[in-house]
Amino acid sequence: MIAIIDYGVGNLFSLVSSFKAIGVEAVVTDNEDVIRAADKLILPGVGAFGDARRKLAQTGMDKLVMQEAAKGKPIMGICLGMQLLFEKSYEYGEHDGLGLLKGETVPMEGTLPAGYKIPHIGWNGLIFKQNNPLFRYIKNGDFVYFVHSYYVKNCDDSLLATTEYGPELTAAVAKGNIYGCQFHPEKSGEVGLNILRGFVDL
Amino acid sequence: MITKRIIPCLDVRNGRVVKGTNFDNINDVSSPVELGKYYSACGADELVFYDITASSEDRKLFTDILTQMAENVFIPLTVGGGINTVEDFDRVLKCGADKVSVNSGAIRNPDLIRQAAEKYGNQCVVISADVKRVDGQFRVFAKGGREDTGLEAISWIKRCVDNGAGEVVVNSIDTDGVRGGFDLELLKLVCDAVAVPVIASGGAGCEQDFVELFREIPTVDAGLAASIFHFGQVRISELKQTLKENGITVRI
Repeated sequence: MIAIIDYGVGNLFSLVSSFKAIGVEAVVTDNEDVIRAADKLILPGVGAFGDARRKLAQTGMDKLVMQEAAKGKPIMGICLGMQLLFEKSYEYGEHDGLGLLKGETVPMEGTLPAGYKIPHIGWNGLIFKQNNPLFRYIKNGDFVYFVHSYYVKNCDDSLLATTEYGPELTAAVAKGNIYGCQFHPEKSGEVGLNILRGFVDL
Repeated sequence: MITKRIIPCLDVRNGRVVKGTNFDNINDVSSPVELGKYYSACGADELVFYDITASSEDRKLFTDILTQMAENVFIPLTVGGGINTVEDFDRVLKCGADKVSVNSGAIRNPDLIRQAAEKYGNQCVVISADVKRVDGQFRVFAKGGREDTGLEAISWIKRCVDNGAGEVVVNSIDTDGVRGGFDLELLKLVCDAVAVPVIASGGAGCEQDFVELFREIPTVDAGLAASIFHFGQVRISELKQTLKENGITVRI
């Protein structure tokens, strides 16, 4: 069973539906017992980093996620959920992330060449930087759906894939049992479902 | 490299797609969910559902359909029609919409965009503008294109983006239904004026109209159409192949 961490941000309807579509039970929950019993965790997230980080702390989900991560349980952050896995974010101020991965989240504003629109909205190709079982059912160059105005940089050896948008932006990360996708697999058609299958089959 | 998007638009009334279709491989051509699945399989990059209901029972039917759609189709879903309040945003987002498009609602209450963007993020708020030439000026029309608001279109769109709209749909009333191509003059002005994605709507009659759109205005992000897809004059899979052959980056 996959537990999708519920800490009061975002719409998780599509995420639950996409697991259902691949025949996998996924529950949206903030129940400690359920989360501890789950095989794998998804950390979702939309909205602003500071607000999401505060809610993670208020619900106690941050400590629980850290404990489960320390046990080696596979965890995948999606979109803002991926950014939360890193050390810091510079979205409206400076915020500490969970620090499960090394790196930081910075605004696109001022760092992209002229002509690149912000937010980065649409389908863009993945450029693989490492081989990882997460991507066992998809191939280099496959398109996924992005919606974001901030991106992770300096993530060093966790960098799994980038996407070209002016510079190459971090699209996916993986290190040990910690995984992250900046794009939305639940909105990326068959390719996205195949990434979720890859996560389930880790 | 980011791809140019192709977006079919479905008008939904009483739980059915209004415009008929002639696809022989789907049984129920007016079922929004069946049609949504079909378009997704053909390579549509996103779906727009336009709610043209009148009564509250219809509205419930519409959100039920949206829910079924989000359970079956895993590409972005945008909803428009009857969005007048932040509660309307909430209603459709909870049912599985990813983006919400506002038109007359923003004209009546210009603060709606700011309120919605603060609550749900800019990426969620789409301003849709129906634009027509009047006395040598581009004007914004309300109520499905029936009422001249007197607002100058480019400054109106800029204002909406400044208030937090993360995407713009430009529907040219002058070219809509004519099938003689998109309104390139208007679209170029909008693309030069705003720094968020722009979706072109109104006027596509054949594949070549999309090629011309993306060639002439490289900064436009997507092309939207309804009847030419529903009636099968343009097949999305073939359109994308044509775009690719013309050097335009698309998802295939």
